[in-house]
Amino acid sequence: MCKECGCGLPGEEPVGFKAHHHEHAHGHEHPHSHGEHEHSHDHEHDHEHDEQHGHSHTHFHSHHLEHSHSHEPSDENRRTVQVRQAILSNNDRQAERNRGFFRAHGLCVLNVLSSPGSGKTTFLQQTVRLLNNRLKTGIIVGDLATDNDAQRLRSSGAPVVQVTTGTMCHLEANMIARALKELPLDGLQLLVIENVGNLVCPASYDLGEDLRVVLFSVTEGEDKPLKYPPIFQAADTVIISKTDLAQACEFKRDLAVANLRRAAPKAQVFETSARTGSGMEPWIEFLIEEHHKNAKRDSLMI
Amino acid sequence: MHELAIMDSALNLALDQAQKAGANHIHLIRLRIGVLSGVVPEALQFAFEALAPGTLAEGAALDIQHVPARFWCQDCTREFESDDLFSECPNCHRPSGELRAGREMELACMEIE
Repeated sequence: MCKECGCGLPGEEPVGFKAHHHEHAHGHEHPHSHGEHEHSHDHEHDHEHDEQHGHSHTHFHSHHLEHSHSHEPSDENRRTVQVRQAILSNNDRQAERNRGFFRAHGLCVLNVLSSPGSGKTTFLQQTVRLLNNRLKTGIIVGDLATDNDAQRLRSSGAPVVQVTTGTMCHLEANMIARALKELPLDGLQLLVIENVGNLVCPASYDLGEDLRVVLFSVTEGEDKPLKYPPIFQAADTVIISKTDLAQACEFKRDLAVANLRRAAPKAQVFETSARTGSGMEPWIEFLIEEHHKNAKRDSLMI
Repeated sequence: MHELAIMDSALNLALDQAQKAGANHIHLIRLRIGVLSGVVPEALQFAFEALAPGTLAEGAALDIQHVPARFWCQDCTREFESDDLFSECPNCHRPSGELRAGREMELACMEIE
């Protein structure tokens, strides 16, 4: 391993490694010398490096050993190519395009994530109802199959586009870009993306949202944030939902909040019951405030 | 669960790069995967074995480097590594909200010929 930055490149190049273009995405270039390679050769070879590289290395060829070894031709031809590219760079690029589109349209965008059955759809229905046109809201909803959630959400009066992912366990940025073409955007201020119910996979995919909202219901147990740290780590806002059932579930609220604080120390937390409306008002005010903040930022940018 | 999709993206990226470099074969693909990426290395390996046959990467070794979670503690003004995915500073025991590394999913390098 490269000892200078831990990037995992071979610090001592084995025989046969040739092109070693050592360029680091984290912004520093460092020439490093590989010392002397001591190995015996029965032939001379010259080093043709077919890639640019900023380090020199000396090969010390000692011929005092009484054996010869030949290099496999395949070894000679092997070379290392540095890539250092995010695996989901295509998605990240599309997410940035989405983000630009959202800003140009003055949209505040939420990516709502949770496990299946934590109450996302009911929570969003109530959110739209309570916003009562103070923010004109549109919804994109992702599910593996059926448009049941879309139908339920339509009853709130908001325009809804259903994305059916088939076997995919998450939404990707390009699915959002396609769905946007079907959504009437005129005057829309808030776009809510209800992701596929799943606490693992959607965390990896940026959709271009302003806020990541993670729901967990009191019926799921206090330790949910400890069991799924990555998704809670990535949350800007956490909604503890179905608080009307807390007593029946013997939900230990303080323990749940402490667990949440361990996994998501900075996330803003709301405790809500969409059914009774308890705790919904601060959430609604928060959304209006977020939209204002975004609008102000976007007007400053222009 | 989504490792197949992620491996598919990684493999496409690798094949694309290999083609650009005029390679006939990929011997090794090295990925850097953060502990907070939500990706299970074993599942990536499994997905790779399913996807690689018939491509330039058939028979290639998949080397997955684990990137630990690193946080910044504002109170102690120091960076610390965390093994358990949580961000408690070992010095002051307060949680940190600033993740500096651990979400990576990156194609680091390849050995080709």
